[in-house]
Amino acid sequence: MDFDKELDARGLSCPLPILKTKKSLNELTTGQVLKVVATDPGSVKDMQAFANQTGNPLLSSAEENKTYVFYLKKK
Amino acid sequence: METLTEKMPIVATDAALDRVISERIDILLDRRLEAKLAELKAAKTPSMTIIATKGTLDWAYPPFILASTASALGWDVSIFFTFYGLELLKKDLSGLQVSPLGNPAMPMKMPFGPEWFRSIRWNIPNALQSVIPGFEAFATTMMKKTIKNTGVAEIGTLRGLCVEAGVNLIGCQMTVDLFGYERDDFIPDVKDYVGAATFLPMAKDADVSLFI
Repeated sequence: MDFDKELDARGLSCPLPILKTKKSLNELTTGQVLKVVATDPGSVKDMQAFANQTGNPLLSSAEENKTYVFYLKKK
Repeated sequence: METLTEKMPIVATDAALDRVISERIDILLDRRLEAKLAELKAAKTPSMTIIATKGTLDWAYPPFILASTASALGWDVSIFFTFYGLELLKKDLSGLQVSPLGNPAMPMKMPFGPEWFRSIRWNIPNALQSVIPGFEAFATTMMKKTIKNTGVAEIGTLRGLCVEAGVNLIGCQMTVDLFGYERDDFIPDVKDYVGAATFLPMAKDADVSLFI
């Protein structure tokens, strides 16, 4: 999937992946896509909740070798 | 008699009309009220107020984690620091300690060494903990090491993120006086020093209000 910015949140624990995601989204313009890579297992549910609460759609959420990859679209 | 029978149908019609109107209003009102409430709910920025009362390294986390996360979700957040919670507003946070004494739920594990060694849960009796000099300092060092190992943010970092996100940090003036603090002991980002009478109306209007 194409993206405009990538955030490496590997090795970070709650709530840092969410806080950094929010910050990174602030740097994007409407319609741009942010890719987030994280290792915190809690981030799977948290990222979905963050997307629902803030209205920035979560385009995809996938796991590979205990690494979680998310694509969020800036609203 | 004549006039009464003439009026009877009109009275009956009025009552029937009233009933029809009333039923109709009920239906319309229910429908519109639902839409209006949903609209109001969607337009309202959620808010949270927290009372932070603990001044130890472990209990420093919940208020700052919840506040920074809520502001990332777009909520308005205020934290009222009172009693030992004021320690969390000090410029120098290096004095925050954790005590395993009288805290049986705290897992005592070593943050270094081989896996088998790390997985041991050390059950050190309170009586022993209290007489070993420097036990709390030791436990604090161990916890700080564990925090670093697991990628959990330091308190200073989380507090900085809260300030950056616009979380209102509010100090309790009474406790400042009670414990003999100087305002200069605290970070300049503290928005105000107030009393319970200022905090309570804020809490009343908040969607979430927590005592930590």
